[in-house]
Amino acid sequence: MGPGRTETFPLRTDEDVLRVRQTVRIWMVEQRTFSLVEQTKMVTATSELGRNVVVHGGGGTARLELLSEGGRLGIRVTFQDQGPGIASIEQASRDGFTTGDGLGLGLGGSKRLVDDFEIASEVGKGTRVTITKWK
Amino acid sequence: MDRIPIIKVGDFLLVSIQVDMHDRLVMSLQDDLTTQVVKARAKGVLIDISSLDVVDSFIGRMLGNMASMTRVLGAEAVVVGMRPAVATTIVELGLSLTNVRTALDVDKGMAVLRALVNPAGDEGGHGSGQN
Ligand SMILES: Nc1ncnc2c1ncn2[C@@H]1O[C@H](COP(=O)(O)OP(=O)(O)O)[C@@H](O)[C@H]1O
Ligand SMILES: [Mg+2]
Repeated sequence: MGPGRTETFPLRTDEDVLRVRQTVRIWMVEQRTFSLVEQTKMVTATSELGRNVVVHGGGGTARLELLSEGGRLGIRVTFQDQGPGIASIEQASRDGFTTGDGLGLGLGGSKRLVDDFEIASEVGKGTRVTITKWK
Repeated sequence: MDRIPIIKVGDFLLVSIQVDMHDRLVMSLQDDLTTQVVKARAKGVLIDISSLDVVDSFIGRMLGNMASMTRVLGAEAVVVGMRPAVATTIVELGLSLTNVRTALDVDKGMAVLRALVNPAGDEGGHGSGQN
């Protein structure tokens, strides 16, 4: 299946994170246009942000989409949770910043691994992160 | 898929990660490995990640932890077989893995371990160097 395809997955456990990152890999392989490095970057960003939803966001969802825009093919993943939100996105995105026991590379690193990175968060309401890789 | 096997080969332990691991599996491998290093009195640990198509910050942290814990227990650890696409990705992610010794493949990793464990290069006395 090509552009227009979308599917939403729950993100509650570490197995859910695994399933979502593996599905992103499969979708990208099926398109036959993304290089191995592009796949690996998108899958790794998905793993980081999916884990954030589970660990920091108290669970949520990942929505996968295949897009076609101006002759470009894209894959987009939107991570959404109703968790505590992030008070300072600037601080949270800094390499090494963590409020847990992680390495603090998830937000900053994911941003470097994808083409488009959008984050919206409200304290007490939740967080939404959208990443896209284009071809 | 509940445990990653750890195999004893002479003085060394061999960990070959063949599946995409969820986080709890990563944690249990870390625990199992430290237990086994002590139990087997291992002098070296070889961690083969050639089957891994993703190394994220969680797995990266685990590799670093395993290297440090192995060292604290008086043994050496080498990570081998990282795929080129994974190497490119972790650099951009910001994972430095500075305390992790790496080698291209299992053979080279074994050579590194032997050299570390037996720096004099005393190849002949495999069973005699216990004291
Ligand atoms: N979905 C989220 N909900 C709430 N806080 C988050 C979320 N994602 C990230 N954060 C906050 O941003 C910090 C940095 O995240 P990240 O860069 O992934 O590093 P780490 O997960 O290792 O702490 C986290 O420690 C956490 O405080
Ligand atoms: Mg994170």
